[in-house]
Amino acid sequence: MVDRKILLGNEAIAHGLLEAGCTMATSYPGTPASEIMTTLLHLKKNHGVPCHAEWSVNEKVAVETALANSYAGRRSAAAMKQVGLNVAADPVMSAAYTGVKGGFLLIVADDPGPHSSQTEQDTRQFAMFAKLPVLDPAFPAQARDWITPAYELSEHYEIPVILRPTTRVCHARQDMELRSFFKEAPQPVFEKDPARWAATPKFRYLLHKKLNEKLRKISQDFRWQPRLLNAATLDVATGFRGESTFDKIIVASGTACAHAAEILKGWNLWDQLPLFQVPMPYPLSEDFCLEILKTAKEILILEESQPVIERQLRDREKVRGRLSGHVPEEGELLPEIVENILSRFVNRSSPQTSSPPVSGRRPTLCAGCGHRAAFFAIRKVFPKGIYASDIGCYTLGLNLGAVDTVLCMGASISQAAGFYQAYREAGQNTRHVVATIGDSTFYHAGIPALINAVSQGCRFPVVILDNGTTAMTGHQPTPAAGMNSEGKKVPPVTLESLATACGVKYVSVGDPYDVPGFVERLKEAKTHCEDAENGGMAVVIARRPCLMDYARRESRKPLGHRPVVTDKCEGCGFCIKYFECPALIFHGEKESVSIDENVCAGCGVCVHVCPHEAIVWASAEAF
Amino acid sequence: MQQQIAVSGLGGQGVLFVTKILAEAALLKHFSVLVSETHGMAQRGGNVISHLKVFSRKPSPASSSTDFLASSPLTSPLIRPGCADILLALHEEGVAAHGYLLRPGGILFCHRFDPKAPGEIDAVRLAKNIGHAVAANMVLLGYAVASGNLFCTLDDVKAVLNQLEGKRVELSLKALEAGAQAALTG
Repeated sequence: MVDRKILLGNEAIAHGLLEAGCTMATSYPGTPASEIMTTLLHLKKNHGVPCHAEWSVNEKVAVETALANSYAGRRSAAAMKQVGLNVAADPVMSAAYTGVKGGFLLIVADDPGPHSSQTEQDTRQFAMFAKLPVLDPAFPAQARDWITPAYELSEHYEIPVILRPTTRVCHARQDMELRSFFKEAPQPVFEKDPARWAATPKFRYLLHKKLNEKLRKISQDFRWQPRLLNAATLDVATGFRGESTFDKIIVASGTACAHAAEILKGWNLWDQLPLFQVPMPYPLSEDFCLEILKTAKEILILEESQPVIERQLRDREKVRGRLSGHVPEEGELLPEIVENILSRFVNRSSPQTSSPPVSGRRPTLCAGCGHRAAFFAIRKVFPKGIYASDIGCYTLGLNLGAVDTVLCMGASISQAAGFYQAYREAGQNTRHVVATIGDSTFYHAGIPALINAVSQGCRFPVVILDNGTTAMTGHQPTPAAGMNSEGKKVPPVTLESLATACGVKYVSVGDPYDVPGFVERLKEAKTHCEDAENGGMAVVIARRPCLMDYARRESRKPLGHRPVVTDKCEGCGFCIKYFECPALIFHGEKESVSIDENVCAGCGVCVHVCPHEAIVWASAEAF
Repeated sequence: MQQQIAVSGLGGQGVLFVTKILAEAALLKHFSVLVSETHGMAQRGGNVISHLKVFSRKPSPASSSTDFLASSPLTSPLIRPGCADILLALHEEGVAAHGYLLRPGGILFCHRFDPKAPGEIDAVRLAKNIGHAVAANMVLLGYAVASGNLFCTLDDVKAVLNQLEGKRVELSLKALEAGAQAALTG
């Protein structure tokens, strides 16, 4: 019997890549795509597969690196989340023109919902913009099964191919059979062809022309045509003989297709209503569009997140979707939403609506997280500051009132610079601006922003929240680790040296757990920024390893001491409101706060937080 | 056979672990499984929900991807409101947050510090009794499985735990047993 295993969608994709002979995979972590690279690194180590796998510093670098491997005739992949594709847009747009030799898969995980992203942008739309074919799998096993044929598609037409799983594919698990990985990697062969690989604008015009020809052929490629899923059943029940003679048909792609299939079966309509899956929403076959428009009276399009298939069906009279108001224009197409859309489409009474879920508990920084301590100190030293922040765990500083803006990776420093310039221009030099950015984010896109702030004469502190890892996405290493993704020793790139090299004259490192010491660092930075002679930008590195990392390494060893609440506590709620540690439990005004020992990490920062000195270190005998 | 199970809790409580154990138990019994889980932001102490669907595998292996959509009764990774057969709530807040998933007649198992209704149990206290509050999730799982309403038995779950490595296995097994005892003694 074949071995079966339950794989996460992202794990399944990693398996697919190694089954298909991918010799280089690159990625920058981002939910929901992160586990693709984590799994690849793991599989590579345990199975000795000859594939170079790396966490690159950002998505642009990831695409450029992997693309070169494709130019040299070998199968490659770059994986990221949808907003990461924006960072990589420059090389991706160009790669569509140059094309590839070895198969190139751009794996971009979309996040309808959005569960952990700034936008609900649709990578299929981006594919149309870039003129690249895009595949939209409906469930984990399909994402994996499509990888080998996707490489064939890429190589046959010498074009990068986008695989676009969504959160519900990436983070769904499914049982599937195990298959073997490739063991022999082809030698790289780069054939010089400057007219293609280094094309000047005149040649680019010709490459564009070629690209358009490729797309026309790809749209007709029989392997990726829309497929009628319930042909066999329709046949039996309705005497259907493969000609579309139905009034109503459904056309779906991605997870929406998986929802629709389940609902139709539950309603016993699987043998009545044709359901097409569109594996490749762009370029969509013109023949298919004409055919369904000719034969059906009403066509319902189910797709996430934007009307990509719908826009390619040009007849607005028959098509039901987002443009016609039949499908919501934003948000995830949850199965209950698909159910409602389908009920209306087939004139069935809507399912009983259950009471809407109450809003749950909001996420917060972990108990003992160094970021919470750093934010507390920042608010103390810059009480009326504008706090420009960035993407990562520390975005949760929102709860503490220590995060005012979050735009995209690296924008904290550029936006802080913008605020600084705005207030300076207006003659309000006293308004403090503080940028906070994580270590991984700083490497990703913070460096150019810092150089810009220095060279534009800005004067504000940047606090780099350095927990030594990319915590939010699953603890991927940063360039400071001195070790590459595979555990080999490489020169560490330190934050201090980078900040200095960017032209910052005040660079210091402090431990946010040491509240008085860290406050001192921030005050020095403030003074430096204000120094008219030698001042300027300041960088304070708040260095405290991520507790989740620590717990893993030290097998959950507690920090060794505990704070306790004394009877001085009057339940003023200051620690709850301004520190929001999940280990502190509020019992109401005038009631003493208590500490949940199961949650408390023992960092003791709350000892410094309490304005009434009601929280103290327990004496050694106390435990 | 088909069963839809929702597991609800707060980030860090082990929702994913409970789901994983159940999914592996399903695989052990040669069922097909579909699981959907919460990652990222919501895991930082927020409400976490995971969906598990277990169903009989069709005789022809669903290796071709399109065949799966056509042949499997359950294909969506998410449970629709009012369709869950079971809700396992590791925290009582989960009942308010995710109770809408339960179908009429569906069964709720919930950790509560002061159990009032059938299906409720103080899993944290029982877990502390045997060593660590962190095992409360296994207590609740043992309690639910021993009640006889899930697709698998206590032995199936034990078999899965025994396949795992690490120091937690022993504690998990003890916790599972404690939960099961609580179910049997009412």
